[in-house]
Amino acid sequence: MRNLWIFLSRYNAFFFFIIFFTVGIILAIRNNAYQRSTVFNSTNEVVGTAYKRLNVIKRYLNLGQVNDSLATENALLKTQLMAVLNVDSTKLIKVKDSINQVQYTLIAAKVIKNSVTLTNNIITINKGLKDGIEKEMAVISPGKGVVGFVQNVSENFATIRPLLNQETFISVVLKKDNAFGSLVWGDNNFDYRKALVKEIPNHYKVNVGDTIVTSGSSGFPRGIEVGKVTKTGVSTGDNFMTLEISLFNNFSTLQYVYVVKDKLANEIKALQQEVKR
Amino acid sequence: MNSRTIIVNLLRWMALLFIQIFLLRNMAFYNLSTPFIYVLVILLLPFRTPNLLLYLIAFMTGITLDAFYDTLGVHTSACVALAFVRTIFISISLNRDSIDEPEPTLGNMGLRWFSLYAVLCIFAHHLILFFLEAFKISSWSYTLGRTLLSVVFTLFTVILVEFIFHNRKSA
Repeated sequence: MRNLWIFLSRYNAFFFFIIFFTVGIILAIRNNAYQRSTVFNSTNEVVGTAYKRLNVIKRYLNLGQVNDSLATENALLKTQLMAVLNVDSTKLIKVKDSINQVQYTLIAAKVIKNSVTLTNNIITINKGLKDGIEKEMAVISPGKGVVGFVQNVSENFATIRPLLNQETFISVVLKKDNAFGSLVWGDNNFDYRKALVKEIPNHYKVNVGDTIVTSGSSGFPRGIEVGKVTKTGVSTGDNFMTLEISLFNNFSTLQYVYVVKDKLANEIKALQQEVKR
Repeated sequence: MNSRTIIVNLLRWMALLFIQIFLLRNMAFYNLSTPFIYVLVILLLPFRTPNLLLYLIAFMTGITLDAFYDTLGVHTSACVALAFVRTIFISISLNRDSIDEPEPTLGNMGLRWFSLYAVLCIFAHHLILFFLEAFKISSWSYTLGRTLLSVVFTLFTVILVEFIFHNRKSA
């Protein structure tokens, strides 16, 4: 004890330095908005660039699955295109200019960091403020399925709070009878292929195999297919039931996502705030 | 430490911080070179100041500056680093028992010792200050350039002030 005391008092300048300097750094990081926002997250330039390098290699390993999802999407688009092109042209039809009616536009982005094993997973993508990404935009995956919401945006990168995060709630409906529910993950279910739909009223009849789609509120376009019911009536003990669904998209091999830009988002938000007041 | 030393240091503290906050804060060459004359407060503290008191003074000076610059923590860390370099440099370059002069001023210690002492201390201070302010490594060359140019400017003002007061004392 005495030796320790002698040691400490002999090099007291150094120990005082460590103590006071740490306090200074902590003050700087905690109280200045800029320093706090850049310390430790994957929108940080160093971390973001490192993940980008790593992904050049990782991308090749999942190419097959990515091709599959792109092919599915192509098929879907072709079907829609045929429906448009094969219109009987002898009929006289009125053309309505619908350019200003397009509510949603999609921004394609590459996933540069992803995880499915944590309780609060975060995805980082390679598009940011420069490409028009803003906070709380909805994110969907190519083919079928939803991904989540944009959480933080920097100049070139953005982080997404995916469905696989306990903070994420997405408004969904049953496709066949429009019963509203909210899609969540977590809650003793940490399998990235499954999720729960809560707050479906008890009087609806739900069968295994029914499709769940998005409801059109909370930023997602209406009718994006999310998953299939695998277990009905998981009891919660009140007037609502909980469904277990298997998700259509596979989060573990996610490589490209679409960020949904809602042209009318600000208008809706302003209107809803007016109502609250 | 007698009461005269305390009063002199207190007056110096108030005068230098006043100049720094109300005059030099608005001064910069192309936003590249900024003088931080207030480091002189810590540079000129008496040799026999206990370490704890030295760090406390550095901490309080830094936090006062931060309050006016709206950068809580940045000047504080820089001042603490300055105090550390000061103790190291003094313990290496001088024999603790044979220090005759009470304060490390230019008049007491001579130009050579004082300028080396000032350069090292100011460089440490500015390095921490500018890097903590920029808070990213990617533009390190720009930040380092700002640091070096500011060191030159600060050193110039520090030695200028020292010459003025040195002459007045001996006259």
